[in-house]
Amino acid sequence: MKRDPMRVQSLNAAQMLRGSAISGPNQSAHLEGTELERYVQERVLTTTLDKTVAWARSNSFFPLGFGLACCAMEQFHAAGPRMDIARFGFEAFRASPRQADLIIIAGRVSIKMAPIIRRLYDQMLEPKWAISMGACCSSMGVFNNYALVPADKFLPVDVHVPGCPPRPEALMHGILKLRKLVQDDPDMGWRERYGAVGTEEAPLPTSPVVPTSPREHEERDA
Amino acid sequence: MPDATGLELLAKELGDAALETVYYRSRATVLVDPAQIRAVLAKLRGQGYAFLASVHGVDHYPEEPRLGVVYELLDMSRVDRVAVKLRVPTDAPRVESVTADWPTANHQEREIFDMFGVVFEGHPDLRRILMPEDYEGHPQRRDFPIGGEPVIFTRDEAKWLEARE
Repeated sequence: MKRDPMRVQSLNAAQMLRGSAISGPNQSAHLEGTELERYVQERVLTTTLDKTVAWARSNSFFPLGFGLACCAMEQFHAAGPRMDIARFGFEAFRASPRQADLIIIAGRVSIKMAPIIRRLYDQMLEPKWAISMGACCSSMGVFNNYALVPADKFLPVDVHVPGCPPRPEALMHGILKLRKLVQDDPDMGWRERYGAVGTEEAPLPTSPVVPTSPREHEERDA
Repeated sequence: MPDATGLELLAKELGDAALETVYYRSRATVLVDPAQIRAVLAKLRGQGYAFLASVHGVDHYPEEPRLGVVYELLDMSRVDRVAVKLRVPTDAPRVESVTADWPTANHQEREIFDMFGVVFEGHPDLRRILMPEDYEGHPQRRDFPIGGEPVIFTRDEAKWLEARE
């Protein structure tokens, strides 16, 4: 069967959705009733905006490019050609927290480093997620001593990746788990996920009342 | 290294400051009076030991006096080493700083202060160097508790909550 050019196909589809008849050699133009419904259902996907946004977000994490110890080496390998997390859209490691939405705490966090990491996390824009990679920043691992602090103590962690250090596969699995989480809970910020509402350092801006009708304009000016 | 006889001669030079000499596995060590450490190091520098390779702290818990400071001296021309040790008790851990004579001791004495709590008198800037400024305690002391914050795993969360009550 000779296929229509794309432009003609899309015009046909638009007409069909409007319910008007289609002229031309396209077979679907002659469909009626349940057959037409089935035809449309096979070709048109409906979803909610939230789900679409979550789908887009979860397939394009921008991780913050920083590492603290040997885990960082494995993190680089996850971006390398063998594991290649670019397949899933996670390869754009950003140098600035302003551009990142995922922080991978890869390595051991000393007490002196913790406030700096918290600051980086605070600088990231919402929505944002955190992965604690390796034993040190999850349970302090072999460095269970005076110098270290687990990541849960100073920021909300969404996924813990165990291992010492975890292999790149494990990190990739962790990121895919996070993708699942984002797709399942589309519009939850970290404050909602962790029950931390009300901990904002600055008060949230209240939305200004925007007049929508001439009468409202007059009321505001009066 | 000075041999065993050489170490005795060196100790004789130091007079009553030298409390004990140990020669073990071709390693020469002099235990000295903490009050005279600066004079001892100055004398040894006159003997040719002109390079202070390292200053470090030791905790000899439960022996008394507990805290030790070790000065590793090196004679560069003869490639000859001697270790000078001193011991101070924890209730008065005070040693005279040698930073004025050996600038390299500056950061190393700060580290010993940070980790063991030995106070070096006359040090130009005795602050913590590794731990945060507001940290409490001296973590390399052997009676410092091992392990930091307790980690609550999901599998023994109930146990922790029980223990808290």
